[in-house]
Amino acid sequence: MNNPTLKIMDPAMGNGGKIQRRVIVCAGTGCVANGAYKVIAAFNDQIAAAGISVTTEFKVEESQHDLRLNKSGCQGFCQMGPLVTVLPDEILYNKVKVEDVEEIVSQTLVGGKVVDRLLYVDPATKKHCKGINDIPFYQRQQRFVLKECGTIDPESIHEYLHHGGYAAAKKAFLKMSQEQIVQEITKSGLRGRGGGGFPTGRKWEAARAQKSAKKYVICNADEGDPGAFMNRSVMEGNPHSVLEGLMIAARAIGADETLIYVRTEYPLAVARMKRAVQDAQKMGFLGDNVFGSGQKLNCEVMEGAGAFVCGEETAMIASIEGQRGMPRPKPPFPAQSGLWGKPTIINNVETLAHVVRIINQGADTFRKLGSSASPGTKTFALTGHVANTGLIEVPFGTTLREVVLNIGGGITDRRGKVKADGFKAVQIGGPSGGCLTKDHLDLPLDYDSLRSVGAMVGSGGLVAMNQKTCMVNIARFFMDFTQRESCGKCVLCREGTRQMLSMLDDIIEGRATGETLVLLEKLAAAVQKGSLCGLGKTAPNPVLSTLRYFRAEYDAHVFHKYCPTGQCKALAKPSIDATKCKGCMACGKKCPVGAITGERKKPHVIDQAKCIVCGACADTCKLEAVVGV
Amino acid sequence: MRNQPKPDCKGRKFVKVFTILDKHGRKPSRLVPILQAVQEEYRYLPEEVLTYVATALDVSPARVFGVATFYSHFAIEPKGKHLVRLCDGTACHVKDSIPILDAIRKRLGLDEKHKTTPDMLFTVETVACLGACGLAPVLVVDEQVHGQMTPENGVKLIEAIIAQEQAQ
Repeated sequence: MNNPTLKIMDPAMGNGGKIQRRVIVCAGTGCVANGAYKVIAAFNDQIAAAGISVTTEFKVEESQHDLRLNKSGCQGFCQMGPLVTVLPDEILYNKVKVEDVEEIVSQTLVGGKVVDRLLYVDPATKKHCKGINDIPFYQRQQRFVLKECGTIDPESIHEYLHHGGYAAAKKAFLKMSQEQIVQEITKSGLRGRGGGGFPTGRKWEAARAQKSAKKYVICNADEGDPGAFMNRSVMEGNPHSVLEGLMIAARAIGADETLIYVRTEYPLAVARMKRAVQDAQKMGFLGDNVFGSGQKLNCEVMEGAGAFVCGEETAMIASIEGQRGMPRPKPPFPAQSGLWGKPTIINNVETLAHVVRIINQGADTFRKLGSSASPGTKTFALTGHVANTGLIEVPFGTTLREVVLNIGGGITDRRGKVKADGFKAVQIGGPSGGCLTKDHLDLPLDYDSLRSVGAMVGSGGLVAMNQKTCMVNIARFFMDFTQRESCGKCVLCREGTRQMLSMLDDIIEGRATGETLVLLEKLAAAVQKGSLCGLGKTAPNPVLSTLRYFRAEYDAHVFHKYCPTGQCKALAKPSIDATKCKGCMACGKKCPVGAITGERKKPHVIDQAKCIVCGACADTCKLEAVVGV
Repeated sequence: MRNQPKPDCKGRKFVKVFTILDKHGRKPSRLVPILQAVQEEYRYLPEEVLTYVATALDVSPARVFGVATFYSHFAIEPKGKHLVRLCDGTACHVKDSIPILDAIRKRLGLDEKHKTTPDMLFTVETVACLGACGLAPVLVVDEQVHGQMTPENGVKLIEAIIAQEQAQ
């Protein structure tokens, strides 16, 4: 199955067509951590040593070089990094180390052969996959927002232009009226990709209709949701697409100042966004005379300071104004009175990247994918216990099964092996979201069907969990997070989340009674009602959704003082399944306190009084006979 | 004169703060970027500098302290020479990040309340999410990202720094 959206189009070859070969090294946060920059340096040396003339720069005019070596943004397959792509051969090498570079240069670049051992091996079929068109992880996606992440050099505005970049912004500034732009976005049915799913067209129209000499557009790049990194990847991989979308938004509502609020935890994204803004200024796309239209537009990149609540619109505005990032009641909505009291719209990174495509290709093309109430595609960060962790983009309405089991390649156990029956749950939407179970595997992922089962799309973090994950522990993890991140303004959020956390602590440490559960549910409802912003309103969601789908696990903790997965150390009671144990004695040797006894070839027993619940026996046992730890 | 305190009123180290304040036009609305720049300079936000910033911006010290303590990125206590940050985002958490934290804290004699070693060599903290979830669990030592971490390898990294420090 060839996926047309993944095909490398001819213009991507760049450098006028004379250059035949390209080597692209992924330089997203994940690959850089695994040594991508060293790999790039090694390529530079080795290619030159092989007598191939190499350039790292993109040029539109004809080039004298034989090969172009460049870095790209995040390609999404982070676990397999550093990733090296060779074009036009369409070879994708993974986990490339400095030592492998010489072989790639001599075998592939000089000899024209594929280095088999560096190819991705499909764990299901054991097949060596040559390139992205053979790898199920990529094959099953439809990438639009992420299309150019991974091919173009994110630090080259010229390459972005060569790919048709800034054509949409130009069209918006020179050929479209404000009303036309808003109409097109409204018609596309685009909904905010940051979490709430509010229709973007409606937001823009509200701000456009305001009569004010000063208006602002803010790009919300404060991706605080733990376990999500879609926005980071787009900013690192194709920063100009975000800036272009921001420019279109500004034109649509009549704003002359824009701001990109990026979390400080993403240094690479900050650097690349700043570079993009500088380059756009140099080209005259930003400044006093945008595209010669006579209109003024400025853009500033601001770093957040590590507060999750600042992802909320009004809290972000407070933070930009130099205050503590605390939300205020709505209305008035920011579209009426936002930054410095002026009409302001705040759009997520991914929303803005979609805007560019809608203006370029029209609302109808955009609507062709996805469902009617949730059109288009959505990026998800797929992490946790899956074989292929990484960044994906699929149309709304794709089922959970397709995403987790097919694209994700299945659920892994603690040794990293794919297990057919390993799936337990998926947490979607982070601290505001909920969990989905085996029963939801065929649920289409879109705004409304997720809401109907007590979860939400959120920003798009999908954390897969295997059978060894304790759901009470996960609920506690999120409650600990929201409790720490509560800004403190609303009493029920500030004190309520703290009390909920202490009740969850009681549960996992064995102090809870049946009353704790009743109180927990009651307080959850109160926190939802008594909080001003999304953080507090949704903070109880992980608890409520785990209570809804994994009640038995709570009951085991509360009434039987037993944690079935053994993750809650105070309630772990490891035992050996006599039907599985072959009496190999391996666990007994590993036990640091000598709590395991038994004769050779006969089932072993754990002495609960001696056991310190370290889990060494379970790690050792190849037959998985040790349970409850 | 309230807006223009002399740069050397409390010793030479305020000169840099002065430059930072000027770069941001001494606007109270620029408080967050100003504090970020100050922290980059001093590695934390010293109390006397915060008071100085308040005076220079003509706002109350309470406002400046309020902002400095609200955001987790700001530190009002000095940090150790080596900053060890363990990611405890969801992906890292489900892939057992906490045992790594426990192992490192145990090696350095630290806990939830004591984040910096008495010799000021190490500060160990957790961070919400670094967005490198594909590499979970992730440990960042002095800006260097280490993926797919284990408690044993985490402690090894610490041992290596200690050995390096002792050699000097």
